[in-house]
Amino acid sequence: MTDTITLPNSLRSQPDERGHFGAFGGRYVAETLMPLILDLEKEYRAAKADPAFEEEFQTLLKHYVGRPNPLYYAGRLTEALRKNAPAGKGAKIYLKREELNHTGAHKINNCIGQILLAKRMGKTKIIAETGAGQHGVATATVAALFGLPCTIFMGAKDVERQKPNVFRMKLLGAEVHAVTSGSQTLKDAMNDALRHWVSNVHDTFYIIGTAAGPHPYPELVRDFQSVIGKEIRAQMLEAEGRLPDMLIAPVGGGSNAIGMFHPFLDDSDVAMVGVEAAGEGLDGKHAASLAGGASGILHGNRTYLLQDEDGQITEAHSISAGLDYPGIGPEHSWLHEIGRVDYVPVTDKEALASFQKLSSLEGIIPALESAHAVAAAERIAPTLDADKIVVVNLSGRGDKDIFTVAEALEVEI
Amino acid sequence: MTDRFAQRFAACRNQGRSALITFVTAGDPTAADSAAILDALVEGGADIIELGMPFTDPMADGPAIELANLRSLGSGTTTADILAIATAFRGRHPDIPLVLMGYANPMLARGAEWFAAQAKAAGVDGVICVDIPPEEDREIGPALRAAGIDLIRLATPTTDAARLPAVLDGAGGFLYHVSVAGITGKQQAQLTHIEHAVAKLKAATDLPVAVGFGVRTPEQAAAIGRVADGVVVGSAIVDIVGSHGDKAAPFVRDFVASLRAAMTAREHAA
Ligand SMILES: Cc1ncc(COP(=O)(O)O)c(C=O)c1O
Repeated sequence: MTDTITLPNSLRSQPDERGHFGAFGGRYVAETLMPLILDLEKEYRAAKADPAFEEEFQTLLKHYVGRPNPLYYAGRLTEALRKNAPAGKGAKIYLKREELNHTGAHKINNCIGQILLAKRMGKTKIIAETGAGQHGVATATVAALFGLPCTIFMGAKDVERQKPNVFRMKLLGAEVHAVTSGSQTLKDAMNDALRHWVSNVHDTFYIIGTAAGPHPYPELVRDFQSVIGKEIRAQMLEAEGRLPDMLIAPVGGGSNAIGMFHPFLDDSDVAMVGVEAAGEGLDGKHAASLAGGASGILHGNRTYLLQDEDGQITEAHSISAGLDYPGIGPEHSWLHEIGRVDYVPVTDKEALASFQKLSSLEGIIPALESAHAVAAAERIAPTLDADKIVVVNLSGRGDKDIFTVAEALEVEI
Repeated sequence: MTDRFAQRFAACRNQGRSALITFVTAGDPTAADSAAILDALVEGGADIIELGMPFTDPMADGPAIELANLRSLGSGTTTADILAIATAFRGRHPDIPLVLMGYANPMLARGAEWFAAQAKAAGVDGVICVDIPPEEDREIGPALRAAGIDLIRLATPTTDAARLPAVLDGAGGFLYHVSVAGITGKQQAQLTHIEHAVAKLKAATDLPVAVGFGVRTPEQAAAIGRVADGVVVGSAIVDIVGSHGDKAAPFVRDFVASLRAAMTAREHAA
């Protein structure tokens, strides 16, 4: 071997043994947590190699989560976009129906995987952070399923904004801990979950809700979420006899997107678009870490972050609570830098319009997060030839968002 | 250049006591208040100063220090202010070892070399970066060592014998034993546990071993001082700053003096 730097033969072989995706990822945690993170990695390697683990995971995904969910051809959306497209333009749009999963989003895929790991490691308590409450609900759900006590850390502001999900978590038997520190939102919930974990490492498993955090979390969350991309691959081959031309997913921390993209990373003919929340616009308040941030270290990993020139983290904004985070998973930072995935911003306003459009055209109310991806598809599909195929990850359903949307539209309900 | 850490620990040893290491957050409540508070630490009898670099997301800290971080940032403290506070301190106190303690992101925002050079120019002797474990040393360790600044590492109750050599590799100044698996400001570990842990650490390194996290009272400081080379007190002082704000200096001085008196009384008790 020479020591010239070459791109890996496969884009699917990351991270390296130290948990790095190129210059990103890694394990930036206090010494107290370090041995635990190393232990988790060892257990995860063993679980990955154990057919019984995979079998239990697949069984629960099938019978409890309801997988596989459909890959649905959105004919009315496709036709509506073709009407305003130049002749011969207007790609076919398919929707991956993650919103039909139990608990209404992709989050549950990861939670099933991680609680199986917790069980394997003999941990008896579960904690998680949540923003909108989707990951909190999914975690509380699997904790109920396995009979483990569960504490959900949630920013006090979000507790106030997301009352239905707070009540859901409580019904599921979880304790919801309102975090009053810092900006009282998702990043602070994650800080407090880490603080709790560091003080209770002996018996507590931390189910991180997105493909971020210290290694091995970004890797294991991606692996559990990769069921999305694997199903799309099989379903598309069956429906169209070929692979799609483009994949589009919303990116908060990036778990649904990496789950969709990863199985296709080596298929160079498949283009990929990650959609960041541009909030009020990139020159206003937003949550677009790649478009408006810089590389830094937070929550255990090096990645793109919204920050000032002193490295202080700045507050994110998105109408979608699930995208309202000042960072992004490290593998996305890497895929952005090597140019494999194109990341585009979509504003609150655009997402709101797509939220309504998909509801009325297809009878599917998307989560506001997912509506960002729909908006990007509306922008891109009319520029592609009509024989191209685009898949949009409908990561969640929008029932949780009806209050936010009503307020934004100034409708009383 | 003289090694202020080695000199100070040796001086304490000669006096038959352990070193008193005190922590405050830079710029708390405002950058203008820091000089008086730092001087109060020294007047009270602190041997080594840890100056906390505030961060928006201090994940390893409990409520007391987190609030101090937010007070400081809320009053507009910048990295330039912190370096100015350090520089001025060094001018007033040429012999007191000064440690910058904080998180990776503010330290690395302009690059590790920039930070190391600025810290060196400000007269800083050591750096504790909470969220850079040995596994990620190359982010900051090489730059600090090249600049002649000691990288002070933490050993925790979860650091087992197999891991300890990695923690010690590249460590300088003193070894900071975090006595509880947790965040700053929480309950204290049992003295017998601390004694046992310190003995194990001292068998593995020639660096002085200081004990911190959860040390709040003169009695605790005195007891730990009997088994360790240094005692770190942070949250209890930061709480005083939190209560008294820009009038905190005399209260800080008196509290530190009470810690120091208790630690010195040991000589007579023995
Ligand atoms: C429906 C839905 N989609 C997307 C996201 C964003 O998370 P991630 O980027 O990890 O998929 C969330 C987060 O709460 C969500 O609830």
